[in-house]
Amino acid sequence: MIINSSSVQIRKIKENTVQAILFGCAIFSVFVTAGIIGVLSFETFEFFREVSIIEFFTDTQWTPLFTQKHFGIAPLLCGTFLTSAIALIVAAPLGILTSVYLSEYASPRVRRVIKPILEILAGVPTVIYGYFALLFVTPLLQKVLPDLPGFNALSPGIVMGIMILPIISSLSEDAMYAVPQSLRNAAYALGSSKLQVSFKVVIPSAFSGITASFILAISRAIGETMLVAIAAGQMPNLTLNPMESVMTMTTFIVQVSLGDTQTGTIEYKTIFAVGTMLFLLTFGLNIIGHKLRKRFREVYA
Amino acid sequence: MIQGAQPIQKIIAAQKRNEAIFRVVAIAAVAISLATLGALLFDAFSDGLRRLDWQFLTSFPSRKPERAGILAAIAGSFYVVSLTSAISIPLGIGAAVYLEEYAKNNRFNRMIEVNITNLAGVPSIIYGILGLELFVRMMKLDRSLMAGALTLSLLALPTVIISAREAIRTVPSSIRQAAYAVGATRWQTTRDHVLPLAFPGIMTGIILAISRAIGETAPLIMIGALTYVAFLPTGLDSPFTVMPIQIFNWVSRPQKGFFECAAAGIVVLLILTLMLNGLAIILRNYYQRKFSVRSL
Repeated sequence: MIINSSSVQIRKIKENTVQAILFGCAIFSVFVTAGIIGVLSFETFEFFREVSIIEFFTDTQWTPLFTQKHFGIAPLLCGTFLTSAIALIVAAPLGILTSVYLSEYASPRVRRVIKPILEILAGVPTVIYGYFALLFVTPLLQKVLPDLPGFNALSPGIVMGIMILPIISSLSEDAMYAVPQSLRNAAYALGSSKLQVSFKVVIPSAFSGITASFILAISRAIGETMLVAIAAGQMPNLTLNPMESVMTMTTFIVQVSLGDTQTGTIEYKTIFAVGTMLFLLTFGLNIIGHKLRKRFREVYA
Repeated sequence: MIQGAQPIQKIIAAQKRNEAIFRVVAIAAVAISLATLGALLFDAFSDGLRRLDWQFLTSFPSRKPERAGILAAIAGSFYVVSLTSAISIPLGIGAAVYLEEYAKNNRFNRMIEVNITNLAGVPSIIYGILGLELFVRMMKLDRSLMAGALTLSLLALPTVIISAREAIRTVPSSIRQAAYAVGATRWQTTRDHVLPLAFPGIMTGIILAISRAIGETAPLIMIGALTYVAFLPTGLDSPFTVMPIQIFNWVSRPQKGFFECAAAGIVVLLILTLMLNGLAIILRNYYQRKFSVRSL
């Protein structure tokens, strides 16, 4: 068969075109990041031309939608911190226990059943968790704590803990699974029990991987919106009391966009200032989390 | 020796007891999450099934809870998610193919990879902020179906890319080498051999991304999807609502009757997402089994 040079050339042009299109798809994601950073920083810069950055970080009140405007982000940070902390308190021990059980104890059959169910827990739309927190968990908690108001940080915090549990359990389990069998065998040879191997060998060896799972889960909790918007209330509140109603950064953004806010006003720009805070926090945590995961993988590669 | 044997037996007994205690505690921990899922499903279905009937599925929202329905939201969700899939699936698969089959391991391509990992962790509401400024304001798409679909596409993109890459990576390199050996070009190899083999895995990722897109609320609230829509979407520029936003709206009403509407809406949304999730899990299990047979 004679291959003539023009068909080779056509083939080459076709190949190069396809490669260029595929490269375009890949580079598109970089534009998305650039877009996010560009939009956030532009409007945030505009915001800080009207509000001093010192007030933003030191004022203890957040009332941009009132006539008497205060722009202290502390109450929103506090609300976000409170709900996320409750979520972590619930999810961390449950997640570790679940991952130790699944990685060290459970039979393959049990793993095959439980892991998909945990994944479903992560796949439930968050608006449904909000309904569940407001109309099931809060009334349940009120039976134990009669003083608990209808909107509070505790109930969405607990539900959020269940929601982020699959992140912790699956990432931690991956980390524990990656611990070399030889380390376990060495401990068994010295007469350790399974429990001792799990807690004195496997968990310490997988520690950076487990920490990464916590950090990525917190980042998810901080960015969670509908659950807290429905069940935690709409009152900016500088408190660490889980029994009170709080407003998170995400709830505020939703509240503003549900109202009739004109573009270009200071109320409109607050969305971007709060969004920037949220972005920086989650972005920082994600970077640390992924670095830890990567380092962990390299240790046992 | 005999004196020493006593403590050893004690230690072993204590260890056995601790093992048993741990097993109970760990199973309890697993049971808590399963019980929560059970309670959530039971709560939604017991409240919602009472309200869920033909009238509810075929009516528009109403000020009276007993006459309200979810039709506009179901239609809106369907249109938005279809458009989102049409945009994000080709883009996502294209990016995944580039990164797995074409990209050299250099600084620039590693940056793209890190960037995608980071994008996957950005809170969905931030995508809403981006959509609000970029699509609603700058591109003047207003509160339209198109603005919503574009916003959700950006959100779904990292999930599609990451899962498609994983699926492509499981295709054995011997298959590529066989194709190259008989003179196939890189694109021919990818199109005719790698993609068909990776297809079930890619589908799994796509289904999960779609199921997540159906449940997304916050970004669509940001771009101004309406909460009261008494008509079906008429075109790409039409205002719209989606199921989770309709549910959110009903939950935030003070009247008790609307809570029932919310529960009924949740049942519809749950059935859809659970079906999609189940489908993805079945597909993945089937696929894993198939591949392990092939590698023999």
